[in-house]
Amino acid sequence: MKLTGAEIFIECLKAEKVDTIFGYPGGAVLFLYDELYKAEERGEIRHILARHEQGAVHGAEGYAKSTDKPGVCIVTSGPGATNAVTGIADAYMDSVPLVVISGQVPRSLIGNDSFQEIDIVGITRPCVKHNFLVTRIEDIAPTIRKAFHIATSGRPGPVVVDIPKDLTSGAEKIKFKYPKELTMRSYQPTVKGNKKQIKSALEMIAKAKKPVLYAGGGVVSSKASKELTELGQAFNFPVTTTLMGLGVYPATDKQFIGMLGMHGTFEANRTMHYSDLIIAVGARFDDRVTGDLNKFSPYAKVIHIDIDPASISKNVKAHNPIVGDVKEVLQALFGMMKEQNFTPDKSAYDAWWKEINEWQAVNCLHYDQDDSHIKAQFVVEKLSEITGGDAYVASDVGQHQMWAAQYYKFNQPNRWINSGGLGTMGFGLPAAMGIQLAHPDETVACITGDGSIQMCIQELGTCSQYRLPLNIINLNNGYLGMVRQWQEFFYEERYAMTYNQSLPDFVKLAEAYGHVGLRIEKPADVEGALKEAISDTKNLYFLDFVTEPQGNVYPMIPAQYGHNEMYLNKEDALNDPKLKK
Amino acid sequence: MTKMKDNSKNSGINNRERHIISVLMENETGALSRVSGLFSQRGYNIESLTVAPTDDETLSRMTLVTTTTGGDASVEQIVKQLNKLIDVVKVMELSHYPHIEREIMFVKVAAPNMEVCASIKRIADIFRARVIDLKNKMYTLEVTGSPDKLDGFLETLTDNQVIEVVRSGAMGITRGNNSLRV
Repeated sequence: MKLTGAEIFIECLKAEKVDTIFGYPGGAVLFLYDELYKAEERGEIRHILARHEQGAVHGAEGYAKSTDKPGVCIVTSGPGATNAVTGIADAYMDSVPLVVISGQVPRSLIGNDSFQEIDIVGITRPCVKHNFLVTRIEDIAPTIRKAFHIATSGRPGPVVVDIPKDLTSGAEKIKFKYPKELTMRSYQPTVKGNKKQIKSALEMIAKAKKPVLYAGGGVVSSKASKELTELGQAFNFPVTTTLMGLGVYPATDKQFIGMLGMHGTFEANRTMHYSDLIIAVGARFDDRVTGDLNKFSPYAKVIHIDIDPASISKNVKAHNPIVGDVKEVLQALFGMMKEQNFTPDKSAYDAWWKEINEWQAVNCLHYDQDDSHIKAQFVVEKLSEITGGDAYVASDVGQHQMWAAQYYKFNQPNRWINSGGLGTMGFGLPAAMGIQLAHPDETVACITGDGSIQMCIQELGTCSQYRLPLNIINLNNGYLGMVRQWQEFFYEERYAMTYNQSLPDFVKLAEAYGHVGLRIEKPADVEGALKEAISDTKNLYFLDFVTEPQGNVYPMIPAQYGHNEMYLNKEDALNDPKLKK
Repeated sequence: MTKMKDNSKNSGINNRERHIISVLMENETGALSRVSGLFSQRGYNIESLTVAPTDDETLSRMTLVTTTTGGDASVEQIVKQLNKLIDVVKVMELSHYPHIEREIMFVKVAAPNMEVCASIKRIADIFRARVIDLKNKMYTLEVTGSPDKLDGFLETLTDNQVIEVVRSGAMGITRGNNSLRV
């Protein structure tokens, strides 16, 4: 039987076992939507209608990051596609497997500045893992096959497939055949680590007296949390993770020393600074992690395990690069250690832990909650307690994101879903939506702020359409807090455009969309409100917490400072001789 | 394309290192823009870039000349980023191997009188350039050689009213057994 391009598209999605697709219709994808309509009638694929293409892509990201499946999106040509770009770039920076199908004007109109025509392949080229413009109906199936393969293998990432409208119209029909085998001579990621390198890593570990395990989002992508935890626990390594790696090692374990980097813990950053061996696993030495590279970990040798060779020795030179899938490499390394009956230098490790324990004793995340103003930290800490560290938590970008990362104790991977690389305000709500759609019976929280939430607030409509009982935790301090914090420290308290005038009444706004809205102003009411929201599994709760207006995130390493140059509180910032006050 | 926009982040002209990189890539639409885009996106400098299909029509071969100031680490990063592009099949840094490098150049020169003609022909002989066209008292010369030789040729011609210059950019091939093939 011969199929139209649009029918082929549906068959491809089915072959890839896609059950949910996020999107927004438009002229260039009318034929595809017509078939999606039929597929939904047949119960094959569920389409989630976002309220803006950016929301659709973030939704697909949330879906992908909280499962082991790729996210799939469909958008129309022109503005549909350009609206999707922020989401695509976000997925690129955070290595999220995503396939985005964009409609394109008919082939005969390409290049004519036609209505809703834009070169989306050109626009997205720097922010995709790969992209395609399909030019023949015969190429639809093989291209979609390649797109899923590329998006989900190696270091995952977004792939855009641009399909001109006339290919889907039915004017031409061909026999459908989905390619089973796929080999691409130009794309063969290295999965297994080099044995020699792994062996020499073991020798380096044997010599180390102050090792640290530094794990990132690659451990989540590789589903290697179990292997990482085993390795850490078997040899008593201190473990720190990046923002993207939170949850790959249980936060409540005594060997976990917290997140590192700009707003990481005092102990994690000191441990990195004084370490003599960094075992970097699926992390990329991002500038928010390293601070000034010239001051970074001056005494350490580096073993760097990553599937992306280009991430190795990009920022920090690796003395031992191991290219491969993190899970495979950790298994091989651990296997070799067991084989050789490897025992670490216990007395050295004890001395190392003694140093670390002293840094931990500083208790850098301590704060005082009084009776008047709600501290954002307190809200997150309560949420963590109430949900036992097991909720899915999406966040936006800013102070609330850092507080969520610092005070929510993630014990499992894939639970913490945020925008780390691109830092996209507006990510949280649609991402939470995608998570809830993937996990209808789980508790999903969206920790956000009064700035970020307004960037994709329209998705409250999507949440009511699909009855998604999210718990939106709006840490409302009336400011674009993270920017305000920088202005306080580095711009002599000139708060340029960071005060959020004319905030909406979030309670009424939530109600307008058919949700429950609560405004919480007293610390004593925090716990009750959280419990009420979480125990209600039918309704979306928009909890508008009125928090301390000018609270700051501590600890903090200012940009271009070293790991041993942290602010623990406001006095440290005020006394910083490098700042002209 | 020679002397594309200089995107170099570093201005240390003095310690610039020149690298010549050969790339085999899928002969697909847009493959070239992925490479040139990568260079501008990451702030790498392109001195010259030539590209054409090979004996295998599914493959294009590109020769890139780049200058870096960051030593081995920066060229290593360039090679890795090139390899990461999905359309790129193989990358080879020719400067690491014994190799041959050539560039072709056409130069149009005004020759208003016999004296200038003679002078042009004399210089052309020294550089083994050939006269490939003559019209309206304009000579067109063709010269092949290393980019340095072409520079030298142009320098000697400056007095002779160079009207137009076109250079192909360098291309290179390794000598002997080290070959860039699929």
